[in-house]
Amino acid sequence: MAAPCVFWGAAVSYRLFLGGRVSLALRQGVWKAAAAELQILRLRHTTGVTAKKNVAALRRETYTVDFIKKQIEEFNIGKRHLANMMGEDPETFTQEDIDRAIAYLFPSGLFEKQARPIMKHPEQIFPKQRAIQWGEDGRPFHFLFYTGKQSYYSLMHEAYGKLLDVEKRQNQLQAKGLFSEKTKTKDLIGSRWLIKEELEEMLVEKLSDQDYAQFIRLLERLLTVECSAEEEEFVQRFRRSVTVQSRKQLIEPLQYDGQGMAFSTSEGKRKSAKAEAIVYEHGSGRIKVNGIDYLLYFPVTQDREQLMFPFHFLDRLGKHDVTCTVSGGGRSSQAGAIRLAMAKALCSFVTEEEVEWMRQAGLLTADPRVRERKKPGQEGARRKFTWKKR
Amino acid sequence: MYHNNCDFAAPPTKSMLTEWQLSVLVLLYISPICNEDENLSVAAAMLTRTSRLVPGARRLDPGRLLHTGSQAPQSLAAHLDNPAPDDSPRAVSRTSEKDPARHGEQHEGLHYNIPLQDMRTLFPHSLPPRFSMQVKTFSEACLMVRKPALELLHYLKNTNFAHPAVRYVLYGEKGTGKTLSLCHVIHFCAKQDWLILHVPDAHLWVKSCRGLLPSTYNKQRLDQPAEASIWLKNFKTTNERFLSQIKVQEKYVWNKRESTEKGSPLGEVVEQGITRVKNATDAVGVVLRELKGQSSLGGFRLLVAVDGVNALWGKTTLKREDKSLVAPEELALVHNLRKMVKNDWHGGTIVLTLSQTGSLFKPRKAYLPQELLGKEGFDALDPFIPILVSNYSPKEFESCIQYYLENSWLQHEKAHTEEGKKELLFLSNANPGQLERLCAHL
Repeated sequence: MAAPCVFWGAAVSYRLFLGGRVSLALRQGVWKAAAAELQILRLRHTTGVTAKKNVAALRRETYTVDFIKKQIEEFNIGKRHLANMMGEDPETFTQEDIDRAIAYLFPSGLFEKQARPIMKHPEQIFPKQRAIQWGEDGRPFHFLFYTGKQSYYSLMHEAYGKLLDVEKRQNQLQAKGLFSEKTKTKDLIGSRWLIKEELEEMLVEKLSDQDYAQFIRLLERLLTVECSAEEEEFVQRFRRSVTVQSRKQLIEPLQYDGQGMAFSTSEGKRKSAKAEAIVYEHGSGRIKVNGIDYLLYFPVTQDREQLMFPFHFLDRLGKHDVTCTVSGGGRSSQAGAIRLAMAKALCSFVTEEEVEWMRQAGLLTADPRVRERKKPGQEGARRKFTWKKR
Repeated sequence: MYHNNCDFAAPPTKSMLTEWQLSVLVLLYISPICNEDENLSVAAAMLTRTSRLVPGARRLDPGRLLHTGSQAPQSLAAHLDNPAPDDSPRAVSRTSEKDPARHGEQHEGLHYNIPLQDMRTLFPHSLPPRFSMQVKTFSEACLMVRKPALELLHYLKNTNFAHPAVRYVLYGEKGTGKTLSLCHVIHFCAKQDWLILHVPDAHLWVKSCRGLLPSTYNKQRLDQPAEASIWLKNFKTTNERFLSQIKVQEKYVWNKRESTEKGSPLGEVVEQGITRVKNATDAVGVVLRELKGQSSLGGFRLLVAVDGVNALWGKTTLKREDKSLVAPEELALVHNLRKMVKNDWHGGTIVLTLSQTGSLFKPRKAYLPQELLGKEGFDALDPFIPILVSNYSPKEFESCIQYYLENSWLQHEKAHTEEGKKELLFLSNANPGQLERLCAHL
C-alpha cells in the first residue's frame, strides 16, 4: 500500500500534532484503516473549543467565545473605572457619557473620525463571527450546512414557507366564499429595504447580488398578498425607517418689532460669502442690501434673478420687504448667500407643505461647492500641464 | 311734426316775433337732430299756453325757451368737439395730445408721439443710442409724460424773461430718464419757437478726441475741430430759421483772407465753422457769445440744454503731445460753454442734466449734484433749481409695459399676465433703463 503509506506518514505527524484528540476518536468505534485516515482527515478540520490554533482559519483572526466574554468583562470594569475618574455614577454611565469622557481625556486632532480613540462595547468592535457549525462528531448542526450559505437559504425557506401558508389560507377562504379583495395600503413610505451589506451583516454570511435580489423579490411578493400580523412582523424585520428630511428643517420663530410688524431673521452662506436677511411680513417688495438698494448693489440681472427665486417660487413677489447684510465672496456668491438666507427666513411665514416644496426645489440647501485645491504637478485643480511629446 | 302741435291763436307782435321765432326756429332746427321729445312737448305746451294768453305780456321768459333750446346745441357741441384724450379703461398708455404745451397732470404716465420730421430737425444724432434704436424699431418716437418734465414745463411757462436765466438741473440715479426728460423740454421749446442750443453729451468733448490743436484765438487753450464742426452742423439743422434772422454784432476775422462783417447773418459764421474746420471751435465761441448778447434784446428766446454738464468741471482723459493732462478749462469749447451756463444773461433758460454714465473718475453710485459736480462745479452752478428724476411709479410702469405690448415687443407668453409683470417689476425695480434692457432683444 504505497498510497496509504504516504497518508499514514502524514497521519502520524498529525496524530502527534493533535495529541489527545486521536484517542477520543478511536474510542468511538471500530475503524478500518481507510476510515482511520478519513477520521484523521476529519479531525484535521475540527477546531477545538479550547484555544487550539486552526490551520484553515489562520487566514482570518477568529475571536473565540471566551475571548469575547473576557473582553466584555474588561469593558464593563473599564466603564466603571472611567465613571469614577469622571466623578459620575457608575450605574448610570451610558455610551454617550463614555464617548464624551474619552474625547475629553484623549483629545485628538485627527481628521478621520474613525482613527480617533474609541471605547465601545466589544460587540460593536469585534466583527461577528460564526459559531462552530458542527458538533464533536463532526456532523453539522444545520440541515442546510452543505449548501454553503446556510443562513441565507434557511431564511429563504422560511419566507417561502410563510408565503405558501398565506396562499393556502387564501385558497381556503376563496373556497368558502369569504375571500374579500381587501387591499391594505401598507405604509411603505418612510422605510426602506435592508441593503445588501446590512443583510450580510445580519446573516454573518457573504451573499451575491442575485441572492440579495431574489430575497427582496420574495419579501415584496409576500407584501402584495395580505398576510397576518406575524408575517407582517417578519417582513418588518427587514425594513429600516428613513427619516423624512423636511422635519429636520429648522423654522425660525417670528419676532415682532416696535410697530407690531412681524419679521423673521436667518443666515445663509455660499462659498465664502455670509449673509443675514430680515424679512418683514408686509411690504412692497423693496430689498436693501448693506443699506443700498438691490438694483444698485447688483447691477447684473443674473444676481437679481437669484434674489427673485424664493419669492417667485412662493408667488409672493411684491409682498415682503427685506433688509440684508452680506460680506465676503464675490457678486455671485453674495447673491447665492442672500437667496439662501431669504428662503430660510420665509419658512416662518409659510405652511409646512410649502417648506417641503422649497426644500425639494433646493432653496433651503446650502450649496456645498467650494473652490477645489490646486494639486502639485498640475496647473490647476483638474487641468494638467500641456503634454509635450518631446 | 312740430307744426301739428303748435297752434298760434294770434300772430305775435313784431317785437316779440323775433324772440318767439328765434326760439321756435331753434327748436325746429334742433328737433330733427336730437330726440328730446319731452322738451319739445313741454315747449309746445308752453307755447300753446302762452299763445292763448295775452300775447303782449312776457310771462314766459323766452330766455328759458332759448335755454332749453340751446341746451341741446351745447351738449351736441360737446359730443362733436371731443377735446379730451381717448382713455379706454383697459390699456392706457397713449395720448393723442401732440403739443407738449398742453400736457398736464392728466397726461401723466402716457406716451405721446413726436412726428419723425420733428425728430430729424430737433435731434440730429443727439438721442441716446438705445432710444434711437427703439425709435427705428417701432418707426415712431414716443416719449412718456412724467412728473419732472411736467414740473419743468410749468416753470418754463411761467418764466419771467426780464430776470436772469434760471438754471434747472435734472439729477437722479442711472437710467431714470433724465436725458429723455430733457428731450421733452426741448420739444416743448421748439414748438414754442425758441432757439435751442443743445449739447447732447458734454462728456464727448472731454474724452477720446483725436485732433487737438492749439487754439488760434488764445494760445493757452486747445481746439477741438472735429467735435466743434459736428456740433455746428447739428445746430444748423435745428435752428435753421434763426440763422438768417440773427445778425452778428461785431466783425470777426478768421484768417488773412476770410472775415465776417458786422451785421451779417449768423448763418455765415456757422458756415464758416463747418467749411473751415480749423476755425470751427472759434466759430462755436462766436455763436455762443452772439446768442448770449442778443437774447437779452428779446428777439428770440434761448434755451441752453446741456446733457452731462458735470463733464465741464470734472477731469479729462485728453493728453497733449508731451503726455501732460489737459484740464477742462484749457479746452476752448468747455471754456465757452461754461460762460454760457453762467446766469448773467436774460431772455431764456438753462436746463442741465447730470450724468454718471459717461463721466470720468466718478464712482458708479454717485448721482447727487454735490458728488458729480464737485466743489468747483457746484459753486459755479449755484444757485440752481434741482429736479429729481426717479424710477417709474406703478402707473407709469404699467403704462410702459402696455406700450411695449401694443407694439408687440414683448413676445413671451407670460408678458401680459400679472405674474409676468410682477417679475419684470422686481427685476428692474421700476427703473426705466433697466426695464428697457430687460425687454430688449438678445
